[in-house]
Amino acid sequence: MIKTDILIIGAGPTGLFTVFEAGLLKLKCHLIDALPQPGGQCAELYPKKPIYDIPAFPEVLAGDLVDNLMEQIKPFEPSFTLGERAETIEKQDDGTFIVTTNKGTKHHAPVVAIAGGLGSFEPRKPLIDNLAFYEDKGVSYMIKNPEIYRNQKVVISGGGDSALDWSIFLADVASEVTLVHRRNEFRGHLDSVDKVKELKDLGKINLITPAEVEKIYGEEKVEGVVVKRGDEEINLAVDHFIPLFGLSPKLGPIANWGLEIEKNAIKVDNSLDYQTNIPGIYAIGDVNTYPGKLKLILCGFHEATLMCQSAYQRIHPDKKYVMKYTTVGGVTGFDGTKKEAPKAVVKAID
Amino acid sequence: MDIKITIIDREGEAHTVDAPTDMNMNLMELVRSYELAPEGTIGICGGMAMCASCQCYVLSEHNLPEMTDDEDAMLAEAFFVQNNSRLGCQIQITSELDGLQIQLAPEE
Repeated sequence: MIKTDILIIGAGPTGLFTVFEAGLLKLKCHLIDALPQPGGQCAELYPKKPIYDIPAFPEVLAGDLVDNLMEQIKPFEPSFTLGERAETIEKQDDGTFIVTTNKGTKHHAPVVAIAGGLGSFEPRKPLIDNLAFYEDKGVSYMIKNPEIYRNQKVVISGGGDSALDWSIFLADVASEVTLVHRRNEFRGHLDSVDKVKELKDLGKINLITPAEVEKIYGEEKVEGVVVKRGDEEINLAVDHFIPLFGLSPKLGPIANWGLEIEKNAIKVDNSLDYQTNIPGIYAIGDVNTYPGKLKLILCGFHEATLMCQSAYQRIHPDKKYVMKYTTVGGVTGFDGTKKEAPKAVVKAID
Repeated sequence: MDIKITIIDREGEAHTVDAPTDMNMNLMELVRSYELAPEGTIGICGGMAMCASCQCYVLSEHNLPEMTDDEDAMLAEAFFVQNNSRLGCQIQITSELDGLQIQLAPEE
């Protein structure tokens, strides 16, 4: 069981900055994120795109913003559960919470801060009738262990980088790789596109374009797919079907936590501390809603700051906290580091 | 100056709305401002052509801005795509679009 003071769900900019504000109050944080790396949308969707409305940064790349935040919170030694989705929450008799991920990792904290942004990133699934039936029976949306495809027949669909990269990789592992894409052109790094062409000419990748996988068949598991190219129907006997159409965010299991939801977001009390209808659970950043809400990173930072003050009072009801400016008090890390403004030297001249 | 744009929502109901041309607004934002699709089901990526939640079908004959590579690539991966599919977030509202008719694509 992982224990912490504030359990943050979502490691995007708002979740990361929460670690800093909590750290100033000597509260430890642990973050859970469904993605394998911190940074949320900024890291996953648009790391190379500039953001122009972060105060005091005339221009900053989304990826650099994340790197800077990671640097800023380093003294407060945040810990992470990455690549796992927060699935369930149970309130304990003492008012604390246990949050369990889809992989069974348990986390215990007196305060939970949901900074889930648009939700957790889930694979986009093509619209094929019986797709769900074959999940884990030959259909998977991501490749975790390429070895399971050794000497198997695989069909991949999609036209982006991951479809190209995995087709190239599996060409050496699987006994047969077929890549199906709706268009003749592929979008991806030029060298991956060239490599796929080369492997196609060598007969190592079977390329079917412009076409779409339309049906899956098989008694217990995938035994084959029907690919439609124009009016032509191509029947492929395969063991695995891997649709790779990227990720899209879904609010997911959080929607079933008993929190008040409005407009696909979590309702919070913005007059005070961004607490939800369940005391001890807060929602900050893009995932919350209140009158006048704006989904901006800078608003998430503000919400995180106020939320931490409230969390402090909840964790230490008998202590009084007085806000200190970092310029005055410096930043004392949990790692023993201390940053502070240099003191002026006063010395009399004899 | 405002123009008229007709939007058929996902339930099939047509709404003719006033659209400002001087607000640096795109079609996705127009749909959101009139709440013609529930929040969280449109404009998810914020308008970067990185999701297809604002996909729409263009029903009238209007000269629309050319597709960028980003939009084209997204539509290559999107579902429910037809020949007249566009991403609303990539179409700025200009006076040339007066009388435009679009239909929102189903939610993925």
